[in-house]
Amino acid sequence: MAKGVMIVAEQRDGALRKISLELASTARKLADQSGDEVSAILLGSGIEGLAVELGKYGVDKVFVGDNAALEPYVTEAHAEVVAKIVKENDPSILLLGASVQGKDLSSRVAAKLATGLATDCTDVKIDGGKLVATRPMYAGKCYGEVVVAANPQMASLRPNVFPAAENAKAGAVVKVDVAIDAASIKSKVLEVQKDTSGKVDLTEATVIVSGGRGMKGPEGFAILDELADVLKGTVGASRAAVDAGWKAQKDQVGQTGKVVSPNLYIACGISGAIQHLAGMSSSKCIVAINKDAEAPIFTKADYGVVDDLFKVIPELTAVCKKLVA
Amino acid sequence: MRESPRLCDAQEKEVLTVNIIACVKQVPDTEAQIKVKADGSGIEEGQIKWVMNPYDEYGVEEALKLKEKNGGEVTVVSVGPARAMETIRTALAMGADKGVHICDPVFDGADAFVVANALAAVIKTLPHDIILCGQRAIDDDAGQVGSMLAEALGLPQLTLVTKLEYTGSTVKVIRPIEGAQLSVETVLPCVVTAQKGLNEPRYASLPGIMKAKKKPVDVKDAAALGIATDAKAKVAKTIPPPARPPGKIICGDEPAQKAAELGRLLREEAKAI
Ligand SMILES: Cc1cc2nc3c(=O)[nH]c(=O)nc-3n(C[C@H](O)[C@H](O)[C@H](O)COP(=O)(O)OP(=O)(O)OC[C@H]3O[C@@H](n4cnc5c(N)ncnc54)[C@H](O)[C@@H]3O)c2cc1C
Ligand SMILES: Cc1cc2nc3c(=O)[nH]c(=O)nc-3n(C[C@H](O)[C@H](O)[C@H](O)COP(=O)(O)OP(=O)(O)OC[C@H]3O[C@@H](n4cnc5c(N)ncnc54)[C@H](O)[C@@H]3O)c2cc1C
Repeated sequence: MAKGVMIVAEQRDGALRKISLELASTARKLADQSGDEVSAILLGSGIEGLAVELGKYGVDKVFVGDNAALEPYVTEAHAEVVAKIVKENDPSILLLGASVQGKDLSSRVAAKLATGLATDCTDVKIDGGKLVATRPMYAGKCYGEVVVAANPQMASLRPNVFPAAENAKAGAVVKVDVAIDAASIKSKVLEVQKDTSGKVDLTEATVIVSGGRGMKGPEGFAILDELADVLKGTVGASRAAVDAGWKAQKDQVGQTGKVVSPNLYIACGISGAIQHLAGMSSSKCIVAINKDAEAPIFTKADYGVVDDLFKVIPELTAVCKKLVA
Repeated sequence: MRESPRLCDAQEKEVLTVNIIACVKQVPDTEAQIKVKADGSGIEEGQIKWVMNPYDEYGVEEALKLKEKNGGEVTVVSVGPARAMETIRTALAMGADKGVHICDPVFDGADAFVVANALAAVIKTLPHDIILCGQRAIDDDAGQVGSMLAEALGLPQLTLVTKLEYTGSTVKVIRPIEGAQLSVETVLPCVVTAQKGLNEPRYASLPGIMKAKKKPVDVKDAAALGIATDAKAKVAKTIPPPARPPGKIICGDEPAQKAAELGRLLREEAKAI
């Protein structure tokens, strides 16, 4: 009978992604309710050492698939190996991250295992022995409680929403024999172009300072860069700012951009259109700075400042500099 | 399976015809008010204006660009109730050649797995080199159908793509990931999912709309597909979004005063900095 909670950990360049720790902690919480075991799948090349780290966050057992063909990530290879490990170990719950890689992998694996998947969840719990996964639908205008009527019950977790808490367990390594038939892998990564800005990606940032049409032009964003630097945050943008060419597509927050959940989201000169809210309303603390008191962004904001952003932001940067010093 | 040769005799000039499938879903307009039914069984559909999923517009546009450059045919496929025909016609008006409408009440309450299998059953019977989907449908926001369709057809998948280049025997794409951009190549046939940045979708022209009325659309029911239609994932309950406590508007006469108060609240009350 299917038993236990399994996660698929994510690593890049020999380091675990933050989402992996969030997955481990969440899995631990679920498993403790039924006294079950937490296991993890860790794939890549030369990554066995990362198992210890997963153990620290509550993983009992780590299935390590170490093979050059698993680096860099290619869907077909990873999906094949994950499906094999899952079939052999029959977990009742399988969790992945709703990161770019996790989204790509989870749906492929769900199809391979002919099971259901709840994507981009913001809450998971056990109710009557079954996983209940809560997820935003219709751009967060309503939420759905999803149950999966097959095993494993799969869910992908929205990054930055679930806390990562240390809870030391064995993290025992189980080496998995991964024989990958190279001919079966049709896709190939030709090039990896790293972002050299040194900034954390929006989906992983704890602080985001976003600007919209109210920034008036690309040069306006300089004051947001300064504030973000002080708060160790990343600068985002509304679609209006991206479509005007002031910021890159990768910086767009919203329904047709990125979905973010930082601890602090500061919206500057953004009106708060429904499509923008879709991308940031699961942020923990929302600040809006807008000169129009009627702007819809204020309905979502925990703190609102009605004023000219070009006057408020430099002052705020100075205040924050003192506070974090 | 492929019916038209993609690359003719090397001696001759290249004839790169490409058979493209674009999967389109009809969804509520992004501005639509969404009201949860009192019993939590779903949403009220009465007042909703229905449109083509915005990500599918990028898919259709890319399909048309590929066809215009290389020759070939674009078929749009949609699973949905009778009204989904409007979305198929929109794609035909943009320039797609023909449509398949999978329409059957058994798909009420279908999940991504069922939809992907329904699409696969139809696509199997059509020549296909490149299959384009949106990266996610903005109603369920599941983002699963593209990958599940690829698995059902046994094809490679390239998801969340912002640039696509067709070489005749392969496609090369750009896929942004967290903090990096990947260039990935795969062989045909394959499934590609589109996101914003890929292109600027065109509007249907008036002559396009007229022509679309005469383009063929094949309507199929579930029995014609021979697939299982029981969903694996079910929305047991639909609930309103979690309420946020009402916010505070920061008072003060001067911007400096407001900034100082905001800083203090973020530090002491919200513990966010
Ligand atoms: C299908 C679809 C998908 C979309 N996807 C997205 C998406 O992913 N993300 C997104 O953001 N949008 C998206 N949009 C667009 C969205 O509808 C809005 O048009 C957009 O968010 C507006 O951006 P904005 O708030 O920057 O600009 P505006 O709405 O023009 O707001 C600018 C704000 O700046 C304020 N302002 C101006 N000057 C100052 C000043 N000096 N000081 C303080 N405040 C000032 C104004 O009061 C105003 O509220 C989408 C739209 C559609 C139809
Ligand atoms: C309670 C409930 C009721 C439902 N009722 C109906 C119903 O009445 N009729 C119905 O057809 N479905 C119905 N569904 C199915 C559902 O709306 C989706 O089609 C399915 O869950 C796929 O997930 P998604 O839309 O989130 O697709 P995603 O995986 O987010 O979509 C990604 C891409 O896949 C393609 N795609 C997705 N869905 C379709 C489609 N239907 N046709 C063509 N291409 C598609 C598009 O290119 C899209 O951009 C219902 C689902 C639930 C949970």
